[in-house]
Amino acid sequence: MNRIKQKLQEDKKLLSIYFTAGYPKLNDTVKIIQDLEKSGVDFIEIGLPFSDPLADGPTIQESSTAALKNGMHTELLFEQLKDIRKTVSIPLILMGYFNPVLQYGVEEFCQKCQEIGIDGLILPDLPLDVYQEEYESIFKKHGLINVFLITPQTSDARIKAIDDASEGFIYMVSSASTTGAKAGFGNEQASYFERIAQMKLKNPQIVGFGISNAATFAQATENAKGAIIGSAFIKYLTQKGVEKIEEFVKGIR
Amino acid sequence: MTYHADEKGYYGGFGGAFIPEMLYPNCEELRQNYLQIMAEPSFKAEFHQLLKDYVGRPTPLYFAKRLSEKYNTKIYLKREDLCHTGAHKVNNTIGQILMAKKLGKNRIIAETGAGQHGVATATVCALMGIDCVVYMGEIDIARQAPNVSRMKMLGAEVRPAKSGSRTLKDATNEAIRDWINNPVDTHYIIGSVVGPHPYPDMVARFQSVISEEIKAQLLEKEGRENPDYVVACVGGGSNAAGAYYHFLDNPNVGIIAVEAAGKGIHSGESAATSVLGKVGIIHGSKTLLMQTPDGQITEPYSISAGLDYPGVGPLHAHLYTSGRGEFISITDDDAMTAGLGLCQLEGIIPAIESSHALAIFEDRKFKENDIVVVNLSGRGDKDLRNYIDYFKL
Repeated sequence: MNRIKQKLQEDKKLLSIYFTAGYPKLNDTVKIIQDLEKSGVDFIEIGLPFSDPLADGPTIQESSTAALKNGMHTELLFEQLKDIRKTVSIPLILMGYFNPVLQYGVEEFCQKCQEIGIDGLILPDLPLDVYQEEYESIFKKHGLINVFLITPQTSDARIKAIDDASEGFIYMVSSASTTGAKAGFGNEQASYFERIAQMKLKNPQIVGFGISNAATFAQATENAKGAIIGSAFIKYLTQKGVEKIEEFVKGIR
Repeated sequence: MTYHADEKGYYGGFGGAFIPEMLYPNCEELRQNYLQIMAEPSFKAEFHQLLKDYVGRPTPLYFAKRLSEKYNTKIYLKREDLCHTGAHKVNNTIGQILMAKKLGKNRIIAETGAGQHGVATATVCALMGIDCVVYMGEIDIARQAPNVSRMKMLGAEVRPAKSGSRTLKDATNEAIRDWINNPVDTHYIIGSVVGPHPYPDMVARFQSVISEEIKAQLLEKEGRENPDYVVACVGGGSNAAGAYYHFLDNPNVGIIAVEAAGKGIHSGESAATSVLGKVGIIHGSKTLLMQTPDGQITEPYSISAGLDYPGVGPLHAHLYTSGRGEFISITDDDAMTAGLGLCQLEGIIPAIESSHALAIFEDRKFKENDIVVVNLSGRGDKDLRNYIDYFKL
């Protein structure tokens, strides 16, 4: 069984951490993943840096620009990850924009992910209909779960369609924003979280955007199965480097 | 066979809407409404009235006698340079501001490279009394100071794009991010036939007034509606889309697209996307774009700020790969020479973008009786500094 599905069955709120591969230093990738697992993180999103990350705020943009400058590229990331399953057993998800995947070749990319032991992909700019028409069979053939996003503006009908197309979890974007744009949640989020909870979707939801500490993690996971922290972790890496990752994770839960 | 967009915004294999879910509601609202709104009699009436009384349309179709004699063919210039604000860009911003009003939006955002689209957007926002934020790359702000001042005079806020390469593509990214953060009250006025569906089709339709007028004017002057060739420069490709629009499906009209070769196609400083680009995704559209083998979008170069976009509208990608369009690349040097040539032969100072289209006659020969319409997309006032520096005037 896919590691993501297995993890989702555990009776606890899940913590996922996002980081940009190749940042702060080109070869930090494996150490960050190993330390996150040791610190008790439930799954990890490894960001494949892109020159034009439309959905990201300044923190992740800057980490992507720095990672590319450091020399990160798709083939190198696969090279860094080739032995990762010898030491790491939690679910690993690659997150990036569609163009680098398209240039690598979607089939080749998925094949490589399978060889390494990647469990899922998050490609925010690969739309639902294109995925279903052109790529779903390829993803499935290689055992990859494709994770879709919903936002407070997503209509109920579309959420249902996304729920039907999903297997694993739904990435629930907490507010109308780019990553790292807002800190904390207000009434708007509370009613959105409530609305989604009442829809009784078949897939559990993991909340992302706006989660940076223990308080926001607790709030986000009141109804949802888990939460994702990205920008706050990257800021932490920028300030403290890669030696104190456990401290960050312990601060969340 | 048609070269227009299909229902999902595809031109052959190009186009579509490759957007993150955060943008889906915005684009979907527009997609569901744009054709219907554009067909409403009240919308059409207001659009055409503003084009006439405010923009100054129809723009003349001018028979360039001395230029024609020089190249031994019949050259007509479609005078978009005479539009209010100095270029064709305003045709689209007038259309989109009316669209935004119909959709109940009270805030406008736009991206700009050289500042022409920013000025055209700031202008229509002033006209309608709507708040306007224009994103512009930090580097472009420094090198296009007069247009920054114009936008400010018109009441727009100019926000520097400080990410990535700090030019047009990054300004576009910032505008898209703004739209993600303001999904309800804001309309994004894209300046070219780029971006996710329905933008390429919508912008092409607003610009199609150019070829609509060419047909009527040519009928009057030559007794025929269709030229043998229509020529336009292509950055993102909005003036070209407008000039080609009503001729796209008529195989008797040759379509010539002129890209910026910069310092030479293979010099590493070029914007000739049809030659250097590969299929990929940029700003929500599947099209030809300049990128690294790893899929990172690269920075183009042209002396003309309006042509240095790393992609090209999906319509043009389709015209290129299908062979419907003839694509020619023109270097900085040849464009500048052609620009000065037009000044001295016809008394018209063209924008450097348009000078690229004028430069093809040196090498691309036409028959004596051919009727060649060149879309003169903008005037050269904004480029005086460049012309002066280049020719040491």
